[in-house]
Parts: sequence; C-alpha cells; structure tokens
Amino acid sequence: MKMITAIIRENKLDEVREALIENEITRITVVRVSGHGQQVTEDIYRGAKVIPNLIPKVKIEIAVNDEFVKITVDSIIKAARSGELGDGKIFITPLEECIRIRTNEKGSKAI
Amino acid sequence: MKQSKRSLLVLVLLICSAGMTFGANGSDVDTGITAWMLTSTALVLLMVPGLAMFYGGLVRTKNVLGTMMHSYTAMGIMAVLWVILGYSMSFGNNVLGGWFGWDKNYFFLKGIDTTILDKGVPEYVFTMFQGKFAIITPALIAGAFAERVTFKGYVAFIAIWGIIIYNPLAHWVWDDGGFLFNMGAIDFAGGTVVHISAGISGLVAALYLGARRGHPTTVMPPSNLVMTITGAGLLWVGWFGFNAGSSINSGLDTAQALTATQTAAAAGAITWMIVEGLHHGKATALGFASGILAGLVAITPAAGVVQPAGAMALGVIASLLCYVAILVKNKLGYDDSLDAFGVHGIGGIVGAICLVFFMRGANNSEIIISQLGVQALAVVIAIAYAAVGTLVIVWVVDKLIGLRSKEKDEMQGLDKSYHGEHGYGMINLS
Repeated sequence: MKMITAIIRENKLDEVREALIENEITRITVVRVSGHGQQVTEDIYRGAKVIPNLIPKVKIEIAVNDEFVKITVDSIIKAARSGELGDGKIFITPLEECIRIRTNEKGSKAI
Repeated sequence: MKQSKRSLLVLVLLICSAGMTFGANGSDVDTGITAWMLTSTALVLLMVPGLAMFYGGLVRTKNVLGTMMHSYTAMGIMAVLWVILGYSMSFGNNVLGGWFGWDKNYFFLKGIDTTILDKGVPEYVFTMFQGKFAIITPALIAGAFAERVTFKGYVAFIAIWGIIIYNPLAHWVWDDGGFLFNMGAIDFAGGTVVHISAGISGLVAALYLGARRGHPTTVMPPSNLVMTITGAGLLWVGWFGFNAGSSINSGLDTAQALTATQTAAAAGAITWMIVEGLHHGKATALGFASGILAGLVAITPAAGVVQPAGAMALGVIASLLCYVAILVKNKLGYDDSLDAFGVHGIGGIVGAICLVFFMRGANNSEIIISQLGVQALAVVIAIAYAAVGTLVIVWVVDKLIGLRSKEKDEMQGLDKSYHGEHGYGMINLS
C-alpha cells in the first residue's frame, strides 16, 4: 500500500479529478494549502503589485494498493502538467496500515 | 385669535403654492414627494450591492469578486452613460420613428439644472431615480452567464446593451411618447423593461456562450449562501423604492404599490418554501430567497394596479412557475448559471400577463381580454427585441473583444484571471 500525495495548481483540480475518475480512482482527500516552491506569482493590492510569499495550491491525498500506483500517478501528471513553473509535485510514501472504521477491516481490502 | 391667524397663513400659503406649479425657482418643490423619491432612489441603488451579494454568494469561491464586480461595474458604467445619453434616449422626444428618444437639453443633463417637474420633484431626482433601473437591469443579466465571461467583454456588452436595448425599451414603455405607453401597456415599475428584457437577454447570451466547463457533471457549490440570503434581504428592502417609488408620488398610489410589493414577496417566499418542502422534504434558505425574488419580480409590473389579494396570487403563481422553470432548465441542461431567466424572465412574464386578471376595478371580461391582448403584445415585443438585439451584441463583442473566457482563465477563476485578487484570501495563508 502506498500514500500518494500530490500538490497541484488550484485550477487543475477539476481536470485531475476527472482523469482519476476515468481510471476508476474515486476515493480522495482534497485540502487547500499554501506553499512555496519555484513559482513566483503576483496579486494586485490598491494599484501595487504584491508577490505573495506563499502561493495557494491544492493538495490531494490518495491511498492506493501497489498495483494502482502507476495509473494514479500517470493520471495526475497528465492532467496537472502545464509545463510552467508551479505545476507541483507528487510524493509517494509507504503506507503501514489502513483501517476502515465502520467495519474494522484492515490492509488492502480497506483501501 | 392666534388660531385664526394661523389658518389665514395656511390659506395664503396654499393659494401661493397652487399658483406656482410651473416655476423654476425651487419654491414650488413638493418636499414630501421629493423626500420619498430621494429615499426611493437610494433604495433602488441599494439593490445593486444586494444583487452583488446575492450572485456573489452563489458562485464558486474563485469567482466571487469577479461576479460581484459585474454588479459594481454596472453601477459605474451605466450611471455615467445615463447622464451622458441614457436619460435623453429614454425620456427625450421620439426620434427615428420612435425607436428611441432624444432631447439635446438632456445631453449630459445640461438643460435640467433648475427644472422642477409638474409633480413638484426636481428633474434631477427623477433622472437619478430612473438611472438606477438602467444600472440594475444589465447587472441582472450577468447571472445568466456567470463564471465564464471575460471582464473586458462584459464591460463592452453592458455598455452597448444599455444603449441599444435598455434605453429604447424604457422609452417605449415609460415615456409618454413611447408606442407601448400609448397602446396602454401596463408596466408599473419595469416588468418588461427590466425583468423580461434582462431574463431573455441572459438566456440568449448563456446559450450563445455555452455552458461552463464541467457543467452539468461537476458540482459547482455556492461560495457563501449566508451572503446570498443577506443580499436577498437587501433586494426585498430596496424593492420598496423600486416599486413604491415608481408611483413618482408620495400618496395613495405609493401606498398601494408598497402593500402589493410586500404581499407578493411574502407569498412568493412561502410558496417556494412549501413546494420545496413537499418536493424534497426540506425548506432551503436559497429556496426561500428565490421565492422572495419570484414574488417581487412578478409584482413589479403590477404593483400599481392590483389589490393585496391579487398581489398574493401573483406571488404564488410566479413562485410556482419559476420553480418549474428551474426544474425544466435542469432537464434541458442549458447553463443559465444563476437562473436569471428562470426567475427574472419567467417571473416578469407571469407578472405582466397575469396582472390583467387581478386589476383593480376590472370586473368585466371585455376590459380584461382587451388588456390581456395589449400586455401579451408588449411582452412579445420586449422578448423579440431583447433576444435579437442581444444575439447581435454578444456576437459582435465576442468577435471583437472576446466574451467567452479562455479555458485556463475560467479554471483559474475570474478573480485571479481578470482582477489579480482573491475574494476569500483568508482561506489560505499567504
């Protein structure tokens, strides 16, 4: 089991979601986050340009069984890539355990 | 002794005031009417931020500022255009066969600096009151194509729309030289001029531009229903100025319009609540707000001619039909984002047509049928003119400036793409 964490652009969320659902990956957690990578953006405040040091992004978290890692990652990359700085990152971490609270099921079948 | 002196003074004053109706030195201003008209003007203006809140709360977080700006830019652009030529085009003498009006004294309002109307109201007050209607009408249209128009395109659209569609319609219906006015069409406060024209124009523009990306499969949740229902409250309050102010008086007809307005809004709201309760088992806040609007829109053309029972009936009928219209819209699948047509178009048509059945003192069927013919004709003319005119305007604006947002801008949101800001900055640390 792996935990796939992706940081993507806010405006790419719909497309990423659609791509994942197309590949039957429907279970997901989405959070609004702020962060700093290589990208620089600007807002306008009363006529002055403002460079926010933290840029709004969307973080998605998907817990998957090993055989689904590749298709999940490919879908995210395909939908979220624009080719410019700020497209985001994907982190894959091992997942020690997964428990469904309602039934107490454990492991792969709980994902 | 003192008493009789006072009566004499009052008598002298009465005689004086009666003899100076047409003067221009300010002494013949009817302060009572003028005070109410000033209040009404402010109330109608209050509806525009009310509408901004209503619409702003209904769109997604990324579009909240852009959507509110649609109402606010109308306050800027339409007010300036009104002073320059809108008043002249709406209330000047017939030109081009009565297509619109023109009076060179009204150009930049330069000739009305000291004019007092027969009612005892300074003409400045009348023109400012009417100007507020010219602001809110294009702002209403914005609900139909919310979340997918370019800012530049929108600005060009409302400016041209105001000049070519709104001003002639206002002239036809409200100016004493207008052909619909002379035909006897009843439109007390703008059922055809404001609501039908805005609703139909919105529908045409929404169909031309196409649906938002992801519609209808992607859920597009409202950003803030608290703001929406607050806006609906402001609209209800402001509507007293809209309707009761349209009597251009501070007297009996004002009171009749005010009572009809309150009754219809309340009846509309309750009806929506009951229908939704029966249909879904829950009475939503947005439903209640929509019912308020349906009732208010329907009573707008009728406020001067119906009694409270009639107003109540109009509120109920409008609420029911608007509810059905939105169900049908969802079936058909076109994207009138915030139901500008479903509420304003349908509600306006219901009010303008059905008012004939509830007219004060119309108890024989001949009067009703002949008025029905006039109302139907006025509605058809308003629909045809607004639909064709809007289609031409959106086509021209889309080709020259671009009216439909680029996909990237639409996905990013209007706020960031066109305004460089975020409406809800506090949601993210930055």
